[in-house]
Amino acid sequence: MKGRKLLFLGLVLIISAGLLVTSCEKKPPPELTGEPYVIGGVFSVTGRASFLGEPEKNSMELFAEIVNSEGGINGHPIEVVIYDDEGDATNSVTLVKKLIEKDNVLAIVGPSLSGNTLSVIDVIEEKEVPLVSCAASVKITEPVKKWVFKTPQTDVMAVEKIYEYFVANGITKIAIITVANGYGDSGKEQLKAQAPGAGIEIVAEESFGSEDTDMTAQLTVIKGTDAEAIVCWGTNPGPAIVAKNMVQLDVQIPLFQSHGVASPKFIEIAGDAANGIILPAGKIIVTDQLPKSDPQRKVLMHYKEVYEEKFPGSKVSSFGGHAWDAMAMIAEALKVSGPDRAMLRDEIEKTTDYIGIHGIFNMTPEDHNGLNIDSAFVMLKIENGEWVIIE
Amino acid sequence: MFSLFLYFFMSFFDQLLQFFVSGVTQGSIYAIVGLGFTIIYNSTEIINFAQGEFVMLGAMFMVTFNAALGLPIPISFVISVIAVLIIGILIDLLIIRPVRKPTHISLIIITIGASIFIKGVAMLAWKKDYHAATPFSGEKPISIGTAAITPQALWVIGITCVVLVLLHLFFEYTDTGKGMRASAINPKAASLLGIRVKRMVLISFALSGALGAVAGIIIAPITFAIYNMGVMLGLKGFCGAVIGGLGSVPGAIIGGFALGVLEAMGAGLISSAYKDAIAFVVLLLVLFMRPTGILGKGEMKRV
Amino acid sequence: MSEKRDYIYIGILIATVSLLPFFLTNDYYLHVLILIGLHTIIVLGLNLLMGYAGQISLGHAAFYGLGAYTSGILTAIYDFHPVFAALIALLFVGLIAFVVGIPSLKLRGHYLAIATLGFGIIISIIFNEMKLAPKGTDLPMGGPEGITDIPKLYFLKYSFGLDNILPVKLGQVTGLSNVVPNLYAFNIVFDTDLKYYFIVWIFALLLLIISNNIIKSRVGRALRALHTSETAASTLGIDIQKYKLSVFVLSAFYASIAGSLYAHFIASAGPSSFGFHKSIMLVVMVVVGGMASIWGSIFGAAFITLLPEFIDALNNSVVKIQPELFYIFEDFDIIVYGLILMVILIFMPEGLTKGIVDRLKGKFSK
Repeated sequence: MKGRKLLFLGLVLIISAGLLVTSCEKKPPPELTGEPYVIGGVFSVTGRASFLGEPEKNSMELFAEIVNSEGGINGHPIEVVIYDDEGDATNSVTLVKKLIEKDNVLAIVGPSLSGNTLSVIDVIEEKEVPLVSCAASVKITEPVKKWVFKTPQTDVMAVEKIYEYFVANGITKIAIITVANGYGDSGKEQLKAQAPGAGIEIVAEESFGSEDTDMTAQLTVIKGTDAEAIVCWGTNPGPAIVAKNMVQLDVQIPLFQSHGVASPKFIEIAGDAANGIILPAGKIIVTDQLPKSDPQRKVLMHYKEVYEEKFPGSKVSSFGGHAWDAMAMIAEALKVSGPDRAMLRDEIEKTTDYIGIHGIFNMTPEDHNGLNIDSAFVMLKIENGEWVIIE
Repeated sequence: MFSLFLYFFMSFFDQLLQFFVSGVTQGSIYAIVGLGFTIIYNSTEIINFAQGEFVMLGAMFMVTFNAALGLPIPISFVISVIAVLIIGILIDLLIIRPVRKPTHISLIIITIGASIFIKGVAMLAWKKDYHAATPFSGEKPISIGTAAITPQALWVIGITCVVLVLLHLFFEYTDTGKGMRASAINPKAASLLGIRVKRMVLISFALSGALGAVAGIIIAPITFAIYNMGVMLGLKGFCGAVIGGLGSVPGAIIGGFALGVLEAMGAGLISSAYKDAIAFVVLLLVLFMRPTGILGKGEMKRV
Repeated sequence: MSEKRDYIYIGILIATVSLLPFFLTNDYYLHVLILIGLHTIIVLGLNLLMGYAGQISLGHAAFYGLGAYTSGILTAIYDFHPVFAALIALLFVGLIAFVVGIPSLKLRGHYLAIATLGFGIIISIIFNEMKLAPKGTDLPMGGPEGITDIPKLYFLKYSFGLDNILPVKLGQVTGLSNVVPNLYAFNIVFDTDLKYYFIVWIFALLLLIISNNIIKSRVGRALRALHTSETAASTLGIDIQKYKLSVFVLSAFYASIAGSLYAHFIASAGPSSFGFHKSIMLVVMVVVGGMASIWGSIFGAAFITLLPEFIDALNNSVVKIQPELFYIFEDFDIIVYGLILMVILIFMPEGLTKGIVDRLKGKFSK
């Protein structure tokens, strides 16, 4: 009996040691002369939304590292303190309080999820700390809250873009199939809200769970309607399975996706089924194809370069860009405001023509997202496993 | 008019056929996973909540050996199954056997602990991304009447049937298999007959590990592999086993298939929003109305 | 287990809880202590179920969530008084527990675990799908984002201080109402963390005393008999079904109370906080504290709630020693939870409190 216990403990120690060795990669910020500017981050690094949280965290840390290596902000190093809320809204609230009270941060980036962001707004407004969220829902910035900003493009614009395409191409009847989580739900709301105005009729409304592995039932129902196109709103892997199921069922009408799948991972897992899919996406996915005259090209290529160098094996996605843009705008504002939360908030609100990953930001007291539809999205089509910009 | 009616009926029938075909595919996955639960339950009365993680590990190992290291599919298949089999054995030796006071509660919780631990290790080892697995024989869909099925789905159903047959032969005609059945029914009597009960338990863990791995390997090309894929699959496979009758090997298979078909029908005919709830609602209905399940043994003690 | 000793323990606990906030360096720790208080309440109930009645619930977060959602919906959307809403939540949750419990508890040991597991998941799917429209707006609330803008907790909103009773506004006239405001405007709105800390811990301690009394009473002895042997208990004339059901519903009550308190504390309630993961965490808390230990409930709740802090502290101290090992304990939470469950149940199944205490006693008695 005793031997077995020892063996068990020994095994646990060996595994832990092995994992320790494989996980140590990162270094703390180097020494700079000024008092560090502490910026906090709350992301869903583990749990169901880890595809959001992990690149966001990586991007935030990377940004700080680069800024510090170039002399910090007026000689002050940036120190980032990042916590993982595991996708749970209660944790988001707890960790935001921790960042504010214990770590005394000047500003907070995140959370990754819309529901989590909405939960922390009360605390943010009460404690008066600027928050730049990485979540998509339009409810975050409408109505405007004094201390809350966000970087991702809203689903409002994404749907606008898709409907623009439909109107231009004479598509009037569509079927929608969405994921049963905050992202898919928000998309569904927008699709339904904007349909009448665009002259579009939604003939079928299906949904699937974020862990579901087979959507043939839903697609079979859709196949039996007179829809001219299918719009799928979700994040990996569901939409990839939808694409594959459509091939399996030989569904002839075109499939449109949302910017939630605008990452190389989607093409990797959807394989051949991805070809022919059209979606609105942030320009980060097609940096190489942007005309040299595009003002965002330089910023995007730089981000792509440093991210893929620092994290070999990963490819940039728009998700990491949420945090990168947030950090960039905070850093710019810090140069003017210094370590004062209220002044920092004012400076963030004054951001003008900031060329970011997601577009060109112009914050105003009425608009705390700051993007417009042209710079935020391009329409892409997947051909031969590659992204191609279409008009 | 009649031809119009016939047209609608036929297209409805087409839809039903597709639901059925998809349901059977999904159902075979639940069936194999449920088998894993049943085998361990039979020999130990433990509900092994780590069963879902065996499925995940099988899929992950397969991706590593086949996609990352480039070994051919049959070899990767075998190595992955053996790897998970070993992990199953380790769980029995290191976690189950040393328990000093084996009550139902503590054993269930321990296996939950093991599943959380394995999930955590997998997350660190394979990171948090989805991994694509190569289908065994391509992706070109095959038509069954007006319904379509992928070749991989046929592999899933086919291998499930083979597994069922092999298990039947094992339990009916081999000494070890018969020994396992004996120890499940009455461990004391079995050990008096010279059957080493502890060894039977070990074999059942190894077998369930292998089964879980097989399930994971064959579905990975359809569902993609990620560190937390085991949770829902495990739970639903477990529902299938309970619905069919916990403790009954054919029950696990029937329950799994039935669950798959019910899910597909429910999603298609009623509402796709609550599809995930179907498995658990049926579970509760079965527990409340016929706790022994469809084919269950009369092991249910009513108070 | 003398009565006097219990009173001493309770006294010490009350003193500690009352004085603790004044030693804290910042409000964040207050928030954490409130969370521990909430978890303690649920764990007390779950402990009665698991430790004394010997049943497992793998879906208890559903009752927690139902309490939170009911309180949240009634106060945020339908403008109910929070205390009234909490009482309705209590009845509603109790009813559901009753309905679920009747068939489930007829089944043997682990079948309640399965039934509660299924129930918990169904509830979390319903939370995820359900939407309600607050009156006056089009925007539905609920779904994956949950219920938001839940108002603060209060018992009495109307000022009935001296200024309102006397015809002459004495306080205002003399200026005293600026100095001692509470005498002149008696409304208790729980809007600061400190106030919330006290209300949550008052409930926690009350429920602890109640639980302690239950254990000591005839009911408690019946429960323990039931746990040891259902057959023996029934021959002694104990109505097993009634007791099991009562404890199950009682444990749901505890969870509902905690849920209502949660709703007004976090001011929102979403499906991400009440799922399978949470149910497992609650079970871990019970196990760590000790499955038949009322006092262990506080310890278990505290230990698991504080675990991320421990790991953080560990991480920070490692960084000071060897900077390259920064961030090694990232993502380790999951592994640690799993390890704790296994290690404790294998080596110390009676839980950490009893386990450590027994071992210490053993050392001292030598």
